[in-house]
Amino acid sequence: MEDIEGYVHSVETGGSVDGPGLRYIVFVSGCPLRCLYCHNPDTMKMKRGEKTSAYKLLKDVASYRTYFQTGGGGLTVSGGEPLAQPQFLKTLLWGAKQMGVHTAVDTSGYLGKKVDEELMDLIDLFLLDIKSWVPATYKHVTGVEVEPTLEFAKRLAAEKKEVWVRFVLVPGLTDAQENIEGIAKFVSELGNVTRVDVLPFHKMGENKWDELGMKYQLNDTEAPSHEQTEAARDTFRKYGLNVH
Amino acid sequence: MGVHQDINKVTDSSLPFLDDDTPAAYKGFVKGDWNKEVDVRNFIQLNYTPYEGGKDFLAGPTKATTKLWDQVLELMKEENKKGVLDADTEVVSSITSHGPGYLNKDLEKVVGFQTDAPLKRSLQPYGGLKMAIAALESNGYEISKETAEIFKKHRKTHNDGVFDVYTPEIRAARSAGIVTGLPDAYGRGRIIGDYRRVALYGITRLLEDKKAQKASLDGNVLTEDVMRLREELSEQTRALQELLEMGKAYGFDISRPAENAQEAFQWLYLGYLAAIKEQNGAAMSLGRTSTFLDIYIQRDLDAGLINEEQAQELMDHFVMKLRMVRFMRTPEYNELFSGDPVWVTEAIGGMGIDGRTLVTKSSFRVLQTLVNLGPAPEPNLTVLWSEFMPKGFKDFCSEISIETSSVQYENDDLMRRYWGDDYGIACCVSAMAIGKQMQFFGARANLAKALLYAINGGVDEKTGKQIGPRLRAYTGDVLVWDELEPLYDQMMDWIAKVYVDALNCIHYSHDKYNYERIEMALHDRDILRTMACGIAGLSVVADSISAIKNAKVKVIRNEAGLAVDYEIEGDFPTFGNNDDSVDSIAENLVKKFMGKIRNQTFYRDAMPTQSILTITSNVVYGKKTGSTPDGRKAGEPFAPGANPMHGRDKKGAVASMKSLCKLPYEDSQDGISYTFSIVPNALGNDEAERIENMSNLLDGYMHDMGHHINVNVFNRETLEDAMEHPELYPQLTVRVSGYAVNFIKLTREQQLDVINRTFHGQR
Repeated sequence: MEDIEGYVHSVETGGSVDGPGLRYIVFVSGCPLRCLYCHNPDTMKMKRGEKTSAYKLLKDVASYRTYFQTGGGGLTVSGGEPLAQPQFLKTLLWGAKQMGVHTAVDTSGYLGKKVDEELMDLIDLFLLDIKSWVPATYKHVTGVEVEPTLEFAKRLAAEKKEVWVRFVLVPGLTDAQENIEGIAKFVSELGNVTRVDVLPFHKMGENKWDELGMKYQLNDTEAPSHEQTEAARDTFRKYGLNVH
Repeated sequence: MGVHQDINKVTDSSLPFLDDDTPAAYKGFVKGDWNKEVDVRNFIQLNYTPYEGGKDFLAGPTKATTKLWDQVLELMKEENKKGVLDADTEVVSSITSHGPGYLNKDLEKVVGFQTDAPLKRSLQPYGGLKMAIAALESNGYEISKETAEIFKKHRKTHNDGVFDVYTPEIRAARSAGIVTGLPDAYGRGRIIGDYRRVALYGITRLLEDKKAQKASLDGNVLTEDVMRLREELSEQTRALQELLEMGKAYGFDISRPAENAQEAFQWLYLGYLAAIKEQNGAAMSLGRTSTFLDIYIQRDLDAGLINEEQAQELMDHFVMKLRMVRFMRTPEYNELFSGDPVWVTEAIGGMGIDGRTLVTKSSFRVLQTLVNLGPAPEPNLTVLWSEFMPKGFKDFCSEISIETSSVQYENDDLMRRYWGDDYGIACCVSAMAIGKQMQFFGARANLAKALLYAINGGVDEKTGKQIGPRLRAYTGDVLVWDELEPLYDQMMDWIAKVYVDALNCIHYSHDKYNYERIEMALHDRDILRTMACGIAGLSVVADSISAIKNAKVKVIRNEAGLAVDYEIEGDFPTFGNNDDSVDSIAENLVKKFMGKIRNQTFYRDAMPTQSILTITSNVVYGKKTGSTPDGRKAGEPFAPGANPMHGRDKKGAVASMKSLCKLPYEDSQDGISYTFSIVPNALGNDEAERIENMSNLLDGYMHDMGHHINVNVFNRETLEDAMEHPELYPQLTVRVSGYAVNFIKLTREQQLDVINRTFHGQR
């Protein structure tokens, strides 16, 4: 595969919460969603990233192979939305597979249609962020429709791809029982979801919104309590899911 | 009958048809060279039981342990309030200076204190009277007139000796802070006696050995070297006799070898105690004792003499003693090395050169003390990590690290090639074969300040005084590396010479006036001495050179024409991001300066080495150094050890590790220190994942031949401390599923938010 440039926000070499083992994480820039609670608003606009050669990144990834070997880790492409730059993503993952490195993609699934057969084959694990179940809530939270994400989830199930589902619990925004239960039920019926991460909302990105001159709407929203988070996890557990 | 024995484990005393002349102390041990020569390694190799399992067998604290430890905690609480609990102001400490001291005689399984009471600090003026007086005064004590009189009039100290020899050039370099932390006014430390010999052989046998060593010199021409060695062997002999006396005072006959596990702990500890009564060295390390002691524990366990609770109790009580070692120190010393450190370093685990692991159940037991007694900085528990160690032990280490942040790791696969499989660690990162090697501790030279001297023609950027040689100053307005490089090269030549000159003076004098009698008595006759030089400011210089090469660095001069600040236009790659273009600058600096050190001449034909280690003195070095061309402002701290500069490592932990791994151990044989900090949540979502990831990180780092790593997994208290002292936590990273931020860059509110969230539901 030929080299190609893509827009990259940053990389993280010691990732251990975005897929199994120790991971090299490429945060690409550019995302069609406008999540109210986004903690990486600086990755929303593609052009804010730095144009970076896929080969150059792959060369860097190659130097960490020993760490992947000992820990069953690999490459995770996150963002931003990786599927917003499908050819760049494909090149990165192709390179990783050439090296025998495990691959994961962290996506909202909104651009799932961009995943062609070739790209699908290159991805070992999907980290699928389902931001809400109730359509109106999803639209309010992200600015886009939920349907493409659910369609994509079904397609991944049909193709028997491994998926970890992620859900961010935001008090007053995504914490309605109907909203949580809806995702839990849907996900439990897919059959290919091996793990669910319930992530408590936090305000670590708040200052980034200010720096970017963007209006942050959740100033008054508190992080969920430990009990609230556990309750949400229990909802997923109730459906027989492996929850972290 | 019918039972198949392991042929390697059969001992003479177990075979009824052999004439058994094994003394009681050695019953059940496999015989070998160790019976003919003083050879502790051989004893270990023939008798230890490698352990490949997990932590399940471990025992909690006994009632006696908890009671004793509560007593210690009370004393320590009081000590924290007062600074020093009690201090001797009159009796000069020696092996036999103080009668026995106890905490609770009926409960203590291992006994002995430096003075006659727990945590009471001893008076040790041989390193330097001024320092001893200042240490007492700063804590509200006054030295007795008679004692002070003796050291002023009749007994010269190490400190006096050094300053009699120092040249004006050395004095100037020293006070400008381009060489700092030199052990010229206090005990040098960093020598590890083989305290195991006391347990294995008893004093009578060790005295015979010293006698034979001295006799072996009889035919020699009496050169200065031979005369010095003869005198030293006599001193060593006297020290052993005093150790025997001290044992008697505690009611033990240590003339004979230890006969059971409790005696082995006690004998070994008395050997160490003698050393710390005689020396308040900068680091008083213990060596590599747990696998040795395991042999005695295993023998007693097999014989049904003790159970696991009792075995753990011995270890807990031993470690309790090691946590109570105290020295009188001055505020200046504490500024360099804060927190009352002693560096009772114990090296744990590793692999043997025959491929068997040196991990035993007692490797677990010594780490278990952090659970039974809670976390503590001392003893400085140091795991000699090998990729080939059993997984059960690796995971236990990771678990303890995550819980306590009290363990450091050093690469056994790397060091075994240099020092064999019976080396220990002195202080933090200095490897030495136990009983066969020592070092002349040399603190470090400030390479960042040397760069500023190169720019200013040897004039100090803070004082305006001519300290270095009067070389041509850099006159251009923009720094150009091709023009600056030869100036820096010359300045490094100068600093290497003045630095090694200082070290030669120091160790010549220390040998004369503050000789480590008992520690050296527990060494072979002929040993390897290293001259342990060191450098500070590696990442500052590497980034400065990178800035000069890749960006535009303008010089800002004061009225006197002295370069005092720099203005940088443009970006430049920094050390710690696995970027060869700058990592190679750091690598070459290490090689180059070591080359310049090697060109010097060394006292007692010592073998030169260097470390990239600052401990906590990176703050003081920073204070003494003006603004640097990397954008660091005057007075700002350096990064600790070989760490990347604060906030300049932008690609995460593994990239930093990769950069560190490029620094050549061949040219830093005294160690390369890296401090790594992380919050538990960034290591994984649950405990099992965290342990797995931590073990993987360590395996990866060691596989790439990283030398040392301090692992900090922060708990609530440390995060709160980080808010008050951000300069001490340059790398604390907060990961929030998908992205990472540097903790110290968050606002106060956000920091509190992290603390509240990270520790939600706990405490």
